[in-house]
Amino acid sequence: MFTNNPFADLSAIVPPAAMQGYVVLMALLVAAGTLFDIVHKGSAKYFFANWRKSQGKGTPVDVASIAVRTAIVDVLASGEFCNTHRRIAHLLGMYGFVIYVVATVVMVFNASAGAIWAQLWWLGGLMVCVGGYWFWFFIRVDVAAEGQSPLRVMRADLFILSMLASVTLGLIWAAAGGGAGVLFGLYIIANTVLFGGVPWSKFAHMFFKPAAAFEKRFSRANGTFENLPTLTRDDPEQRERHSMELLKGAPMDMGLGIKREPPRHY
Amino acid sequence: MHIDKTYRRAYNIEPSMCWECYSCVKACPQNAIDMRGYADFAPLGHSVRVQRDEKKGTIAWKIKFRNGTEKNFLSPITTKPWGEYIPKLADVPGPSREMRDGQLLYNEPKWIRMDEGGLRTLEQAGLKLKKGIQY
Repeated sequence: MFTNNPFADLSAIVPPAAMQGYVVLMALLVAAGTLFDIVHKGSAKYFFANWRKSQGKGTPVDVASIAVRTAIVDVLASGEFCNTHRRIAHLLGMYGFVIYVVATVVMVFNASAGAIWAQLWWLGGLMVCVGGYWFWFFIRVDVAAEGQSPLRVMRADLFILSMLASVTLGLIWAAAGGGAGVLFGLYIIANTVLFGGVPWSKFAHMFFKPAAAFEKRFSRANGTFENLPTLTRDDPEQRERHSMELLKGAPMDMGLGIKREPPRHY
Repeated sequence: MHIDKTYRRAYNIEPSMCWECYSCVKACPQNAIDMRGYADFAPLGHSVRVQRDEKKGTIAWKIKFRNGTEKNFLSPITTKPWGEYIPKLADVPGPSREMRDGQLLYNEPKWIRMDEGGLRTLEQAGLKLKKGIQY
């Protein structure tokens, strides 16, 4: 089961050209949906306007090293997450989805692809399932902090739910022996919703999140700090302010405040 | 919450759902929520940004007026390490009937220290009022 190319078996019923055409169509839908999202929200316009505005401000910085740090820490290691469980779930979902999609494309376009691609397809799919269902049932704020039912669904859940449906149905379809039955139909519907629903879902975050992370690192490196205050108690001069008299003699590390306990609002 | 199209930060558009306490602005770990400061400390057209530093026990405010004037403030948000010196109220015996019928609030006069030589003053605490606005 784990070494068979399920799309090669399917080619007896569905012509390979049709499958390949569907994959290309999904890729075009993602590109078009992302462009629509960028235009609709004006995120690229803001990013470049902000970039131009920040050019003359602060101290000069090495843009390349910031880009590399953003790619390694924020993108490849999901460094922006504070919660370790969320970070692990995100890494499982992210790498699982990339492996799953790449393996799907390889197997659809090359029916004689080696068994390793089928194994990677299964591995990626299972990673998405572990990370995704862990997130959906236990980690997400609605459930963990607000005490809502894990089965409560809203439009903001479109991305995670369509991704989980796509991967889960794909794995079940392959495990059930493939073919072009009901499971295959549901698998295609879930894929179409996932890749066609980009303008309404969180799918495009994989494109604009790295840009936001880069912008944040850049503003911290050049000293503008996104216009945030930079006064701190570390500065001896600030410790002498009249407003800071009550903290004289207090330890410099006051420990964890609101992070002392997990948020549970129910 | 809506996204401001110029500054790309969230703001509340529903006055009846907001007490303007700034708690969300101060607590947001990504500083993603924007605000318009009260008119008594900054006139229209200003920007207010806040950075809460729990580890140091401080909160910093940066206010930019529309004429470019910039003001920076730093204040304590705790004077003791977080989570310490919190009274264990579950271990405190319940109030007697006499206390319930009295005019004093919980732990009065002990916590306002009226029983330790009268009202506390700035001088007793080693503080003094300074003339003018101190930054």
